[in-house]
Amino acid sequence: MRPFRSVTSRAAVLDRPDVDTDQIMPKQFLKRIERSGFAEFLFYDWAQDPDFELNRPEAQGAKILLTGRNFGCGSSREHAPWGLQEYGFEAIVAPSFGDIFRTNCVKIGLLPVVLPQEQVKALMGEPVEITVDLEAQTAGPYSFEFDAFERECLLEGLDDIARALQHEGEIAAYEAAHPPRFATTALR
Amino acid sequence: MPRTLFDKIWESHVVAEPSGEPALLFVDLHLIHEVTSPQAFDGLRLAGRKVRRPDLSIATMDHNVPTDAGPITDPLAKAQLEALERNCAEFGIPLYETGSGREGIVHVIGPELGLTQPGMTVVCGDSHTSTHGAFGTLAFGIGTSEVEHVLATQTLPQRKPASMRLLFTGELPFGVTAKDVILGAIGRIGVSGGVGHVVEYAGEVIEGLSMESRMTICNMSIEAGARAGMIAPDDTTFAYVEGRPAAPQGAEWEQALDRWRALATDEGASFDRDVEIDVRDLAPQVTWGTNPGMVTSIEGAVPDPADYADADEREAIERSLAYMALEPGTPIGDIHVDRVFIGSCTNARIEDLRTAASVVAGKRVHPTVRAMVVPGSATVKRQAEEEGLDRIFEEAGFEWRRAGCSMCLGMNPDILARGERCASTSNRNFEGRQGAGGRTHLVSPAMAAATAIEGHFVDIRSYAAEPVA
Repeated sequence: MRPFRSVTSRAAVLDRPDVDTDQIMPKQFLKRIERSGFAEFLFYDWAQDPDFELNRPEAQGAKILLTGRNFGCGSSREHAPWGLQEYGFEAIVAPSFGDIFRTNCVKIGLLPVVLPQEQVKALMGEPVEITVDLEAQTAGPYSFEFDAFERECLLEGLDDIARALQHEGEIAAYEAAHPPRFATTALR
Repeated sequence: MPRTLFDKIWESHVVAEPSGEPALLFVDLHLIHEVTSPQAFDGLRLAGRKVRRPDLSIATMDHNVPTDAGPITDPLAKAQLEALERNCAEFGIPLYETGSGREGIVHVIGPELGLTQPGMTVVCGDSHTSTHGAFGTLAFGIGTSEVEHVLATQTLPQRKPASMRLLFTGELPFGVTAKDVILGAIGRIGVSGGVGHVVEYAGEVIEGLSMESRMTICNMSIEAGARAGMIAPDDTTFAYVEGRPAAPQGAEWEQALDRWRALATDEGASFDRDVEIDVRDLAPQVTWGTNPGMVTSIEGAVPDPADYADADEREAIERSLAYMALEPGTPIGDIHVDRVFIGSCTNARIEDLRTAASVVAGKRVHPTVRAMVVPGSATVKRQAEEEGLDRIFEEAGFEWRRAGCSMCLGMNPDILARGERCASTSNRNFEGRQGAGGRTHLVSPAMAAATAIEGHFVDIRSYAAEPVA
């Protein structure tokens, strides 16, 4: 995973609530078996409109996305955060996120920051560079909360599979104590 | 201390809980499909890792498969299906490929095979994994990085979500179905009302529902933003599971029943949030907007954004109505459709098809409507054909298709043309969900069937001569 410490950039503003992952990465682009090549399809249908927020000159090169509540709701497709990250976003600031989307972001080193709605709106109103700093847990003038374990994983860019496998003994003990109810491999 | 169903399943699956870290939760069943798995298998190969428990994993082809009789022609979809075949062969994971007779939508075949059993943890790279919660399991959707994690370790690091109980009271009125119950609930708590929570659906209304209907309810938990949805297992559950290919047998069955009977939420257990919903006045539901919370009843009308004080909400409704090409105040019954889709992991099980067939029997699809039935699995399709449902649908003018996700998300050729309007039994009415520029209205199978015949939304309660619930 890509480590994340801080990012300083102008922010792109997408002030809409409940932006679902179908909008972020429409289904016709989920057929790729590679993990890259998604940036050009980000918000594909919305981006056909020249006035779409991310097409505006002030949004170009932005590494921070400021957006509305429940961002990334809906489908579990990790292709959505892949596309956002490849497009250039390093942090997304919103009043809330869809649960699966938020986890997907953390897993790939794209920082999901939750701030109260009025603070997100205040940041949206200021077309200046802001800094999102995970070490200090600040976004512009505001501080945010973040799960301590996830913060450490992000700061260090840790492979959480390797981390889980450090518990090999406990996993094996659990398996021994809980014999499977069935084997999918033996289904008739 | 009294515990909830969720507490019990959670606690019995904690493998390790290092101080300050999330719990490592054991996964009893990992369901896999072609769309969210290829990059996970690549990750395993890159790191030189194996699949830890192929015997607790199962794969099928559903999202991309064409539902007409022809072979797959889309080269990208074909490559993705072939990648799944290669990956399953390389890592020893059983695969029910197209034509195997057991293929189908991943959330239909798990229960069908008896793989989904009470008290289990079930995950899949698909947000509608919540469907399996109908059996009293903790079942939730995960992303591709997590798919890789489960493949490698059979565990997931998880912070315990909060709990919520949705208690349904009153008696379900004639013609009102599980789909209406869950759409009504989402309308009430909103599309982010369940974020961070595992929901338990409870009350006599739920206890009176069949397993198919319970799956419809749990399926749409994610549309309220919930991490998972679940229902306490009872005799209805046990009767459904008994005798299925992966179900316990003989003495093991009796032991399993003893364990499963102890799973229900204890008297006096508390939830972080409790919501009570009276269904006595619930009418058949129809969505009018671009998320499942934008819903009203068949007696209702398209809302007027001007009635909303909150600016964000007002703008969202304005955008939705512009996309849906609907005028404020339009009675729902005046909305005409071009297409009808009966299918998806929400509503393509045998009970759904029987209900829809009972509505259309002896009638004809409206001449301006193209209507399609896509069974949830090859098994459902076979069973429906044995019961003669395919003939009822075809004689009424419906297309009878092969199993798959189909027009629920339109990854295969089954999509809406730009501007087409569809009454759909699926779960999402997001912009472009069924095809770029397509307009989706979510309804129950009975409502979809009646809409196909009349060409516009009708009140199934006065339309159907026989009870359809």
